[in-house]
Amino acid sequence: MPHDHPHPHNKPLSDVELRVKALESILTEKELIDPEAIDLIVETYETKIGPRNGARVVAKAWSDPAYKERLLSDTTAAISELGFSGVQGEDMVVVENTEDVHNIVVCTLCSCYPWPTLGLPPVWYKAAPYRAKVVKDPRGVLDEFGVSLPEETEIRVWDSNAELRYLVLPKRPDGTDGMSEEQLAEIVTRDAMIGTDVLAAH
Amino acid sequence: MNGIHDLGGMDGLGPINPTKDEPRFKDDWERRMFGLFVSCFAGGHYNVDEFRHAIERMGPAHYLETSYYEHWLASLETLLTEKGVITQEELDARKKHIAMEDA
Repeated sequence: MPHDHPHPHNKPLSDVELRVKALESILTEKELIDPEAIDLIVETYETKIGPRNGARVVAKAWSDPAYKERLLSDTTAAISELGFSGVQGEDMVVVENTEDVHNIVVCTLCSCYPWPTLGLPPVWYKAAPYRAKVVKDPRGVLDEFGVSLPEETEIRVWDSNAELRYLVLPKRPDGTDGMSEEQLAEIVTRDAMIGTDVLAAH
Repeated sequence: MNGIHDLGGMDGLGPINPTKDEPRFKDDWERRMFGLFVSCFAGGHYNVDEFRHAIERMGPAHYLETSYYEHWLASLETLLTEKGVITQEELDARKKHIAMEDA
């Protein structure tokens, strides 16, 4: 990145900022990377690839029983029917929430997450407290998200890995019978597809 | 392999503090770091397993004290220097130079 003067200098660059700039500058000089390609990559993940993609998958599964069947039996192919595929989504599994079962996804070892359908993971998903606690005390975690489930609901926690990524198919909320697929996609939250949210009745 | 990254079931790490909406990147250096990772990955300089393993080789205290994209930075520095793509001397010299220009 060129250093664009003039601008007010509030504080000097941090050590981390200097290290990133040094890396980018040397790699650019060696023609191993292209800064403009980096701009494009960042823009893509900031504006195009995010949880709206996953919400479309969920809304279609709620609206189209044949699609839902394909989604549960051959997940990766069914998701790519909607144009969502690629890095960090090569092998997908959808886990369905029902009256009796609620699913939650984590990556205890790192931050594995289905990029093509959910985008980049939120900070809390990548941070130590969630990764440590959800496998041991999922109800306590849900409580931190303001979610409480009936005692008899079975909670299943899925630990993602570098090869396999999970997406939760939330329960379709009551009062949404008349909604179109587009309207349904609007009410699906990112956290509901991770399993740390339950969608409210409409 | 056991290591600090294997966090499942560990107690006492504090609250989760979930946020409903947050920027994808909290700082510009995180943006650049993400793009550097993808670019170097696409350039064939490492695979995902090597990248994660280099994070897992961080010292336990350093791992817990640093943010997510700092883990990525540490991993990229480790792999690119180990593979001889860049040298630590080059990195140190460039850092100094950029700091001087910024002053």
